[in-house]
Amino acid sequence: MITIVESGGANIASIRFALERLNVSAEWTSDVDKISKASRVMLPGVGAAGDAMQKLRAKELDECVKSLTCPVLGICLGMQMLFSTSAEGQTDMLDIIKAPVVRLTEEVGKTIPHMGWNDVMIEQKDHPLMQGLVEKEFFYFVHSYYAPLGSYTVGRCDYFFNSFSAIVIQDNFMGCQFHPERSGAAGSRVLENFIRM
Amino acid sequence: MLTKRIIACLDVKDDVVVKGVQFRNHVVMGDIVNLAQRYRDDGVDELVFYDITASSDQRVVDKSWVSKVARVLDVPFCVAGGIRTIEDAKRILNEGADKISINSPALERPQFITELAQIFGVQSIVVGVDSREEGNEWVVYQYTGDETRTIKSKHKMTDWLSMVQSMGAGEIVLNCMAQDGVRRGYNLAQLSAARDVLTIPLVASGGAGEMEHFYDVFTKSKVDGALAASVFHTGHLHIGGLKTYLAQQGLSIRK
Repeated sequence: MITIVESGGANIASIRFALERLNVSAEWTSDVDKISKASRVMLPGVGAAGDAMQKLRAKELDECVKSLTCPVLGICLGMQMLFSTSAEGQTDMLDIIKAPVVRLTEEVGKTIPHMGWNDVMIEQKDHPLMQGLVEKEFFYFVHSYYAPLGSYTVGRCDYFFNSFSAIVIQDNFMGCQFHPERSGAAGSRVLENFIRM
Repeated sequence: MLTKRIIACLDVKDDVVVKGVQFRNHVVMGDIVNLAQRYRDDGVDELVFYDITASSDQRVVDKSWVSKVARVLDVPFCVAGGIRTIEDAKRILNEGADKISINSPALERPQFITELAQIFGVQSIVVGVDSREEGNEWVVYQYTGDETRTIKSKHKMTDWLSMVQSMGAGEIVLNCMAQDGVRRGYNLAQLSAARDVLTIPLVASGGAGEMEHFYDVFTKSKVDGALAASVFHTGHLHIGGLKTYLAQQGLSIRK
C-alpha cells in the first residue's frame, strides 16, 4: 500500500494509473494522521513551487512529511520540495536536503523548459531504488528548475552546461526529477523498486 | 543529452483515429487505444491526440477516451482540439493527459495562454500554430479543423510565435499547412524561422514522408521534436526503424 500526499494539485491521474498498472493499491490523502502512519509515501508535485508549498502548509503537511521515517519518494516538483529553497518564486521548501533549487541557465540553442527524454547516469546501482537499472537510462523530464549535484545525487542528468540531480537519496527520502510514470519501462522499474523497498 | 523526440499524431474524430490529406477526406485508421499502444511498443517518444472537429464545431466533445489512453500509456501524451476554457483543460489533465494544446482559442484570446500557464504550469501548455506562405511571408491561419471556416488571422507567423512564447506557452507545435499530408518533407525554412524566435521547445509538423526528412528537420531547423501521422499509420515508416536510422546518423535518440 502506497500513501500519496494529496495536496490539491491537478494532473495526478497519471501516477494513479501507473500504480494500477503495477497492481499496487494506493491511498490519496491529505490526512496528517494517515500519512504519519504510512509505510510508504509518495509526494507528487505539479504546477509552481510557491503554490504547491502553500497548499502543503495549509494542510499542515509540511511538518508531517519532514518527520516521516518510512521511505518517501518525491516526484518532479515533489522531489524539488525536499530541498531547502527554490528560485521559482523565491520559495522556502521542506529543507530536508540542504541545497537550493535553481533555474536552468539560458544558453544558445538550449530550450527551456527541459522537455523530453534525457539519459541519466546511474551512480549508485546497488541502492534498492536503482535495482535493475543500467548505467545509462532514458527518462522523461519536464522542468525549468533543477537541484544541483551533491552527496545526495545518485542519478545525474546533463543538459548543455547544466549537470543536475535526476535522482536523489538522503536517508529515507528519495526523489526523481523526471516522471517515472511517463518514462516507459525504466520509469516503471523505479516505481516498482520503491514499492518493494 | 536531451534526445530528439519522435511524435506520432493521432487525429481523433468520434472516438476513432482518422487521417485526411490537407485536413480533408478523413478515413478511419483504427482504434485509439490500440494505436496508442502500438506506437508505444514501437518506441514513440510522445503522442498527440488531436480532436479535429472539436475546435471549429464550437463544441467540446466527449473526452472519456483520454483516461482510457492514460491507463495504458507509460509515455507522455498531449490532447488538442476544442479546449476553450480552464474547465476544459482541467478535465483533460485530470483524465491523465500530460499536456493540452490550444490553437484557435489562443488566437481568439491570447490571454487564455497566460491563464492556463498560471494554473497548470507552462510545462502543460502547448500552443499549436497553423501557418502557410503568402506572398513573401508566413501567416497564421485559424479554424483549420474545418475548411469551410478556415480564415487567415491577422498575425505573421514569427510575431505570433514571439507573442505566444511571452504569454507563457511551454511548447509550440508548428504545422506548415502547405506540407500537411503530402510527404515532401518538412518546411525547413519556415521551421528555422520559427526556431530563431523561440527559446521554448519547438515541434515540427506537416510534410514527413521519408526518414531523411526527419534527419533534415532535426539538423537544419534544430527542432526538438518531429511530428508525423500518416507515414506511421500506413506503415510507410516504422518508428523503431526510423529511430535506429537517426541514431546511426549521429543524432541523440532514445533507444
